[in-house]
Formats: sequence, C-alpha cells, structure tokens
Amino acid sequence: MKQPEVPQARPEPRFRAAQWAALSACASMLLLSGCSKVALLDPQGPVGASERLVILSAFALMLIVVIPVVVMALWFPRRYRADNPRGGYDPKWTDSARIDTVVWLIPAVIVAVLATLTWRESHRLDPAVPIASDTKPLQVEVVSLDWKWLFIYPRQGVAAVNQLVIPANTPIDFRLTSESVITSFFIPRLGSQIYAMAGRRSHLHLLADTPGVYAGQNQQFSGQGFADMNFKVVALPPAEFTAWVHKTRRAHAVLDHARLHKLSQPGMGYPVTFYSRVSPGLFDDIVNRYRARNGPSLAAGAGGGG
Amino acid sequence: MTDSAFASVVPIHNPIIMGAVGATLGLALGVIVLITWYGKWGPLWREWLTTVEPRRIGIMYIILALVMLLRGFSDAVLMRLQQAVALAPDRGFLPPGHFDQIFTAHGTIMILFMAMPFMAGLMNIVVPQQIGARDVAFPFMNALSLWLTAAAAMMVMTSLGVGEFSKDGWTGYAPLTELQYSPGVGVDYWMWSIQIAGIGSLMTGINFFVTILRMRAPGMTLMRMPIFTWTTLCTNALMIFAFPVLTVALALLALDRYLGMHFYSNTAGGNPMMYLNLFWIWGHPEVYIVILPAFGVFSEVVATFSGKRLFGYASLVYATIAITVLSFVVWLHHFFTMGAGGDVNAAFGIATMLIAVPTGVKMFNWLFTLYRGRVRFATPLYWTLGFLSTFAMGGMAGVLLAVPPADFVLHNSLFLIAHFHNMLIAGTLFGFFAGYAYWFPKAIGFALDETWGRRAFWLWLTGFYLAFGPLYLLGFMGMSRRLQYYTDPAWQPWLIVAAVGMGLILCGIVCQIIQLGVSVKRRDAARDATGDWWDGRTLEWATASPPAAYSFAAIPEVRDIDAYHEMKQRGAAQRAPARYGDIAMPRNTAAGFVVGGLAYVLGMGLVWHFFWLALLAALGILFTVIVRAMEDDVEYVIPAAEVARLELGRRQAVA
Repeated sequence: MKQPEVPQARPEPRFRAAQWAALSACASMLLLSGCSKVALLDPQGPVGASERLVILSAFALMLIVVIPVVVMALWFPRRYRADNPRGGYDPKWTDSARIDTVVWLIPAVIVAVLATLTWRESHRLDPAVPIASDTKPLQVEVVSLDWKWLFIYPRQGVAAVNQLVIPANTPIDFRLTSESVITSFFIPRLGSQIYAMAGRRSHLHLLADTPGVYAGQNQQFSGQGFADMNFKVVALPPAEFTAWVHKTRRAHAVLDHARLHKLSQPGMGYPVTFYSRVSPGLFDDIVNRYRARNGPSLAAGAGGGG
Repeated sequence: MTDSAFASVVPIHNPIIMGAVGATLGLALGVIVLITWYGKWGPLWREWLTTVEPRRIGIMYIILALVMLLRGFSDAVLMRLQQAVALAPDRGFLPPGHFDQIFTAHGTIMILFMAMPFMAGLMNIVVPQQIGARDVAFPFMNALSLWLTAAAAMMVMTSLGVGEFSKDGWTGYAPLTELQYSPGVGVDYWMWSIQIAGIGSLMTGINFFVTILRMRAPGMTLMRMPIFTWTTLCTNALMIFAFPVLTVALALLALDRYLGMHFYSNTAGGNPMMYLNLFWIWGHPEVYIVILPAFGVFSEVVATFSGKRLFGYASLVYATIAITVLSFVVWLHHFFTMGAGGDVNAAFGIATMLIAVPTGVKMFNWLFTLYRGRVRFATPLYWTLGFLSTFAMGGMAGVLLAVPPADFVLHNSLFLIAHFHNMLIAGTLFGFFAGYAYWFPKAIGFALDETWGRRAFWLWLTGFYLAFGPLYLLGFMGMSRRLQYYTDPAWQPWLIVAAVGMGLILCGIVCQIIQLGVSVKRRDAARDATGDWWDGRTLEWATASPPAAYSFAAIPEVRDIDAYHEMKQRGAAQRAPARYGDIAMPRNTAAGFVVGGLAYVLGMGLVWHFFWLALLAALGILFTVIVRAMEDDVEYVIPAAEVARLELGRRQAVA
C-alpha cells in the first residue's frame, strides 16, 4: 500500500522564538507598567494587601507545575521530531506507573496546599468580617442607583452622590443595597468588591492606610449607564474628615424620600452632590421596599416617594 | 408601513449596522446567484438540506460555525476598536446601547452558535466512523438538531437588521433582563434563540450518548474507545444534564416577561439570585461541554503525529470522567462576590481547583505521548502544540480565580476575560481548528493546504498573545469588563496593543479563507485516495475519504485501543471481507428542514408578539413530527452487488 504523502515539515525554530517572545512580553508587562499603575499590586489597605499576598502565593505554587509543562511542551516536540538523527523513537512506551503516580500526586499535593490556603483566607477575608483596629469603624450605607452611587453616613446624618469621602486609617463598615439591578461595589486599591442587590443588605469592610484619592467603580454590568458608574474615593486624614462632615452639614440639599425618588430615575453623568441631612432610616426603607415579603403594590407605591 | 414605523424596527440610520446587514445580505445573495447559475438547487436539496447522513450534517454544522465565527469576530473587532479609542472625554464611535448589543451578541454567538455547532459538526463526522458504525442512533433527530440550531442562528442574524439584540450580556443576568429594565425585543431574541438552539443541543446529546453506548463495533469495549469518542461521551452526558436547566431558567424568564410573573423580579418575592444559580448550573458545565471534545481532538492528533499510542490511556479516561463529574459542583465560583460567606465560598473554591488535578494529568499525558515519539509537524499538530504551551497559563489564571479572596479583586475584570478566552481560544478553538485540519481529508476527500494553514496558526497564536496578554494586565490595573468608555489614561496603550493583536487574528482568519480557496483549487494534488491521509490509528481512517454512504462495507472487529493501527500491524487493514451483504440505510427526509423553518417562524412570532403566528408554527411542527413518525418506509437498501462494486473501485484506486 502506498503511504500517503504526509507533509514533513522542517522543525520550526520560529516556534520557540515566538513563544518565548510572547511569554516574556507578557511577564515583563507587569514590570514595565510600574507597580503604581497596577492597582492590585499596589494596594492601599490591609484587605487589598492580604489579597495581593494570596494571589502571589497561589501564583508561585502553581508555577511548580506550569513551568515544567511549558518547558516540556516546547522541548519534547523538537527533541523527538521525526528527522532528528538522535532518534529515540519507542512506540511501545505508552504507560508508566511511576509517571502516572507523579502526575496525579504532584498536582494533588499543590491543590491540597492551595485548598488549605483557600479555606483559611476565605474566612479571614470574608467581606462581612470586621477589620481589627483600635479606631472605631465608620458606618457607610451604599445604594446603587441607575446609574450613580449614593453614600449615606447614618451616624453623621450626611450623604453624597458619586463621591465617597472616608477617613484614612479607619475601618469602614459598608452596608450595601441596590435600588435597581445587581451591581458590584469595588475600589480596586482597597481590595474586595461585593454585590449590591435589591432587597438585600451586603456587608463589606475596607480600610485605607493612607490619605489619597482612589478610583471606585461598578464591576457588574448594569445597563447602558454602566461605564458611568465610576466615582472618586477621597481618603482624608481623620481630622479633615470631621471637618468635611461639618462643612457638608452646612450644605443646602436635604435627602428625603422625594429627592431619592428623583435620584433613582435612570440617568447618566450625575454630578457629585452632597446632602446636609438625610431622612432617618432611608437605607432601610430602600431595602424593605424590595423585601420578599412585600407585595407588588407596596413596592410600586414606595417609588412614589412615600 | 410608514417610514417612521419602518425606522423604529430597522435601524436604517446607523451606518455600522446597515453596513453589516448589507454585507450579510450581499453574501447571501451571492451564494444564491452562484447556486442558481450552476443549477445546483436540486442537488443542494436532495444531497444536503434533506440528508440524514452524519458526515453531511457535520459538514453543514461546521459551515454554520465558520459563518458565525466571522460574525462573532466582527463583533470582537468593533469592541477592540471602540476600547482602543474610548478614553474619556472621547466616547468612541459606538454609543452604549450599541456597544452593549455587540458584546452580548459576541458572547452568545461564540459559545452557542460557533463553538457548539463546530463541536456537533466534528462529532457527526468522526464519532460514527470512530466506533465502526454506519450511522447514529436517531438519524432524523440528528437532522432536526442541525436545523433547530440553524434556525436559532438565523434569528440572531435577523436581529441585526430587524429590531435589536439583547443589551444585557450573554449571561443575561436578572433582574436586568426583566421587562422593567429591558423593555425591547432584544432580550426576547436572545432568549428564544438560545431556547431553540438549546433543544437542538439536548437532542444531539441524547443522540450521540445512545450512539456511543449502543452502536460500537464488536470488540470495542469502553476502555478501547478512541479518546475523542470518550470525550464526546462525557460531553453528551453533560449536555443531557445541563441543558434542561438552561431551558427551565429561560422558560421562567419568559413567564416573567410575557405573563408578568415574578420568578426573577426585584419585587413581589422574585429572586434574581436564583437566575444566577440556574444559569451557571448550566453555564459552567457548558464550558466543559465545548472543551472536552477539543481535548479529544488533541489526544487523537498527538498520538497520530507522534506515531505512538496515547500515553496513559486509562489515566486520561479517568481524568475526563473526573472533570465531567466535578463540573457540576463548581457553579457558585461565578459569584463569590455575592457574599455567601466563608464556608460556601471556600467549598466551591476548593471544588473548582480540584478540576486542575485531572486537567494537569491530561497535559502530562499529551506531553509524554510526544516523548519518545516520532513527531511529524503538520497543521493539526501546530494547533495542538500552540495549545499545550498556552493553555497552562489560562489554567493558572483559572485556579487563581477559584481562590475567593483573589476573585474578590479579579471578578468581572479583564483578567477574567483574558482567562476564559485563554481557555476558549487556545483550548476549544485551537482544538476545533486542529480537528478541522485533521479530519478535513476524511470529510471532504482532499487535504487542506499546509503553508496557508501554518501561516494562519502563527498569526492566531501571536495575535492571541497580543490581544489577551494586555487584558490579563488590565485586570490587575482594575479595568472592568464591558466598559463602553473609561477614564484611566494608563489603560489606553494596552488596549491599543490588544487591538493590534486582534488585527493579527484577523490576518489569521484571512489566511484560513485563502487556505480553503487554495485547497479547493489544488484538490487533485491532495486527494486522499487511501482514506488514511495521516497514517491514522483509529477506525475512521479505515473507510474511504469521503466515506461511502454506508461507511463500512463490513463492520470491523476491534482487538485493541487504536484499532486501525492494530489492523495495519497485522495486515488486516486492506483485507476484503469474504462476501458483502445488503446494507440498509435511512432515507433522506425533508421533515428536519421543515421543522427548522417552522421553529424560526415560531421564534420570530414569539419575539414580535405575533402569537397567532407562533401558534400556527408550533402546530406545524407538531404536525410535521407526527407525519414523520407515521412513516414506515424510512430505510432504503444498498444491494450487496452495489457495495462490492464500490469497494472494488476503491481498492483499484489505491493500488
């Protein structure tokens, strides 16, 4: 029988060259861009710092398997290419109990270590767990609206739209809900994000080590104004934060149910706004509006500013 | 219809959409003109549209997949260009509503109308041949699956010019998809097209599951099945268990949208989180549904081109089964950020990283198959090596995302996008391209051009690194997915690099189109006369290329893994059977095509609230299926003399 003409290519030196070029390009990107621009590698608080450590440890652990795989993937086909005069062809070599054991065992051990890390850190870094600190936490209630963020400071009785002002070095105790669809509240340089969902209260604890201005955003697509849902986080030294609260209390706008109703109308490009007073229990009212036990009539009625 | 009413349905004032509609209609018209010019409507109807032959159905699936690949890729081009320029205050050239439709269409098309049909196509062409069967278990249902998928794809294409597509992402999270937040027809197009395609996929799963379990050649025990057949079997099991969940999840959404119910609404006791759970109970296995057959292709290719049986066959089979089972217990990792608490998050995170163990085992099996092999470099192997050296990176990113505290900062970021494109391009798509090049001679009868195939590979590979390397980084820089514009100037250079990568992939696709043209033109130089173009190891290489309608004149007897290689070793490969028998094969039927057409009408009727039309179409489907079920004469017989004549002709051509 005539053997079919199987195209016998030259070994491709380009293969390795292109691969390495691409790989090293990817690796060096992190270095080239400089850490300060890479938000997750330059965290400004303990939550983000712990998460960076988790990421880097997991990454290092996995390299134990990934590096050999990539090296073998580049080396074996070249070494055993059909026209290599060194040969070494052994079609009968198709099973090896020793290799089988190793390739099941080593990944299993790595995953076991990773699983231990995961179990511990998932509990320690659960967003609902308060941050240990000598400073009393500041409570902030976050409401996601179409397409803006509302921040209520229940103890201080003030509120802000599209800008979050917090004291540095103070644990922030966030309660979050949504007045519309599901969104995700995220300040990359401080760490964890959490979903905001209508009729539910999510909990998130963050802390900014140093004063500064950080980017905050919605990380869960929520309709046409999604890209607009970014906001500035201004972390002030605690004394300046107190001054900011006093200044804000002298502002004119008051946030009551009527104004909340206007605010919850879908819209983009809403300017940063501060409110000197907030109707007590406003956040709970928003949550309760969508609580499962409430009928549709009540939910629809509440939108009318009741 | 008045002009303004027309404009409210057809976006005549949008040059991008109208350009796309014009190009699509132009291409369709060109095909129609060509068919008419060459007088091919008769053969097209008799040999293709009404066929129940798995190979022909498979080829049509792959044509559908490649067409939809072009559509889905056009969406990708627009997204990359938009993000390359949309640094505030510049908002790019796509307004939010349009940009949102594009990323929704891209995801929906690439998963459900590119990857799924591509996979079904390869299964159809290869599985019956690999197990020594002449057909699938339910030939008519097989045609039905194809035409339902095609009807659904047509709906998605129609939404381009008539109305709009969903703006809510391919995952369609509630409550955003509820009528209150998405009142247009977009969500309905998305929902009903997935429903129709999903029913087709479920039937494909059942069909091939039964085919593989019931129709294997004598001697082919489960542990002698080719690995592609094994991975297909596991994928079919996943399809059978996962797709009904999607069907129910979307049916409940339909009840909300059409009848004002409250399954996923914010109010009246609805629960949007239930949708997220149901969606991902299908959605996560779906990832394995499309990647396991790609793993199967890599296994076949690596063994064939190393001239060696797959290393650690049993190990690889058990690894595949382990992935199949585990894929159902990890869905919650798609929303760790819902705040379920440490116990739940850790449990699902650990279940997810367990999948890395069998996947790692597979990688080593392929690598040790190359080891001590005699490696021949050809296009299918290039795709496989590209996968082997790239996939580990995506796997690593995946395990990282499985650690809840890492996911808390990487969730929904471009890092995630890079991760799953690393799995779906360097994994699934490279696998399907490997399969396309590997089985092309089997399905069509001549081989694809090597030079253009390799050019395409190199452009795809470097394009992939350039397009998605920056996305990994941008995720770390805090960039979220699905942004129509952004405010951080540090992101822009990397988005421009990604757009350049997309340009290279575009060149790769152009090479693939040229490859097809060149190969057709030079087909006589690359005819596969023996039926065994690559010196293959499994039974599909024992038949002619392309196989006769009956595939196997006599059903082979299997004595080992790599059955055909074993037959060649003992010199039994070319042995003619003592005598030929009559072979009964299923007759062609128009019923599948008709049901597909009616399903399209049904879908469109539901989308546009023409319920009388939808009802008529549904009754038409029911009627067609009943009429088909009443038919008794569904087979025809190829006489033994005819089989003998065809087989003799083939032997003479080889000798």
